[in-house]
Amino acid sequence: MSPAQAKFEFTAANLAEAKKIIAKYPPGRQASAVMPLLTIAQKQNDNWLPQAALEYIAGLLGMAPIRVHEVASFYTMYNLAPAGRTQVQVCTTTPCWLRGSDAVVQACEKALGIKCGEVTKDGKFGLKEVECLGACVNAPMMQIGDDYYEDLDAASTTKVIEALKSGAKPAPGPQGGRKTSEPQGGPTTLTTLSFAEKP
Amino acid sequence: MALQDKDRIFTNLYGLHDFRLKGARARGDWDGTKALLERGRDTIIQQMKDSGLRGRGGAGFGAGLKWSFMPKKSDGRPHYLVVNADEGEPGTCKDRDIMRHDPHKLVEGCLVASFAMGANACYIYIRGEFAREAENLQVAIDEAYEAGLIGKNACGSGWDFDLYVHRGAGAYICGEETALLESLEGKKGQPRLKPPFPAGSGLYGCPTTVNNVETIAVAPTILRRGPAWFAGIGRPNNTGTKVFCISGHVNKPCNVEEEMGIPLKELIERHAGGVRGGWDNIYACIPGGSSVPVVPKSVCDTLLMDFDSCRAVRSGLGTAAVIVMDKSTDIVRAIARLSKFYMHESCGQCTPCREGTGWMWRVMERMVRGDAEIAEIDMLQEVTTQIDGHTICALGDAAAWPIQGLIRHFRPEMEQRIAERRSRAQRQAAE
Repeated sequence: MSPAQAKFEFTAANLAEAKKIIAKYPPGRQASAVMPLLTIAQKQNDNWLPQAALEYIAGLLGMAPIRVHEVASFYTMYNLAPAGRTQVQVCTTTPCWLRGSDAVVQACEKALGIKCGEVTKDGKFGLKEVECLGACVNAPMMQIGDDYYEDLDAASTTKVIEALKSGAKPAPGPQGGRKTSEPQGGPTTLTTLSFAEKP
Repeated sequence: MALQDKDRIFTNLYGLHDFRLKGARARGDWDGTKALLERGRDTIIQQMKDSGLRGRGGAGFGAGLKWSFMPKKSDGRPHYLVVNADEGEPGTCKDRDIMRHDPHKLVEGCLVASFAMGANACYIYIRGEFAREAENLQVAIDEAYEAGLIGKNACGSGWDFDLYVHRGAGAYICGEETALLESLEGKKGQPRLKPPFPAGSGLYGCPTTVNNVETIAVAPTILRRGPAWFAGIGRPNNTGTKVFCISGHVNKPCNVEEEMGIPLKELIERHAGGVRGGWDNIYACIPGGSSVPVVPKSVCDTLLMDFDSCRAVRSGLGTAAVIVMDKSTDIVRAIARLSKFYMHESCGQCTPCREGTGWMWRVMERMVRGDAEIAEIDMLQEVTTQIDGHTICALGDAAAWPIQGLIRHFRPEMEQRIAERRSRAQRQAAE
């Protein structure tokens, strides 16, 4: 059961967004919208879902509240308790571990002054160890909010976290200088093509 | 025999060019799509069969054959295409690049494939963590609607087609096609018993085909360039190009599109800057994502990267996610971490998997420390066989295989660790 928060309802903008999402699914299948609606609710509510939000969404979709709770408790991205307004999620699955995710975790713990699974006292940051985030050729990496920070080591991790703490928004993506998933130093393929843009 | 750029499908794999419609058109997407559709459903499916394309999500099932399982005529129920973009197999990050850098290939593929299967609607189920990728994909979809490429009378073909992005929320199991369908219906992602298969009763109880992102995204190019072109690349029964993800102990980890059947060694040395410390420093490799068994250097030396070759060495091509481990690797810990992954991701529906994944992880953690009896290696092996094949979905198998691979190839290391711990304990007792 989520901690108490008496009331929840969507803002007007989010309610409009919710209605757009519900319309993606055939009539009578509005339960399909439960996941995207939970995501919006969590964003609206400082990155966690109180019981009131689950009940509100159940009402909106005509679902039994227990069905919404089942969904909210099954998927790892839903926080049923405050998890920090900004969540730092470090991948530690084997491909990241092979390339030094232990050092990334340590750097995060040191820079934030909390352990994995904890939230800073001011509620600003949460730190979590997560399973494979699907950016393995840019390992080790972490997700902060909606962005991926890749090709990390202890120093670049600390830099990113310190920047966030000071209110800056460090540039996401690989922190080691390469572009996306190309090999460091430049691609070995796709070098002989040029594309003429059609008017 | 290296693949040439002119035969590469994902020409914006690294996002060096514009991912939007204008850029995509310059790279040849949406070129004559109406004419592709005018070939008709049967021809498209036959050409996909002729191309030899095998599903790129891991199982390697013939794509054209899968499409042919859909009913030829609707019995009143709508048909659906569902694209599996729940990429989460450790080691795998290819669909991510397709969706953020080449999303129009996927959007066009969704139209062509849906048309071939009589589906007027398609859902792309993308993992929740891929927020930026979902944004780019949505941009591409909005552009395609705007340009009349999808929507009512898509591309002027007379076919109405709607395409939606559905975001997941963090559950590896939703990469299993029936769990994905459950999730899309707004439920917990717990796999369904098959039969009925999705082609008979899938999304909302309607005929449905679930395909991987890469499978769908390559379809328009295959049809445009002809099945013979695709079938002429790679090896028999393992045709075409493939996006490989090379991670772990290589000098330059990367994604790269190469020919099916390329030798593992060539793949790593040509594109990933070689193994850290040179080829002879390779200790082991997982050739197809975490779910396939690990193989030792002796196998890596000659392994060809395709479905049949990987299978012949009792591993698998899976998603073509190559995880390289050099001689500094604690191989037992590397596999134990995968055991933890499967324990975390088990949906809890079937007892052998729910209980077994946790049990295996706990034993594996002791194996890491050598805090076990030699006989427990056999017991661990025995337990994996009680999980493998005894669950509704393949997650049980996927949890068992890495451990089976470890025991098959690295048992001496496990035994040595146990022996060392024991002699250490004896020394300490004597002091």
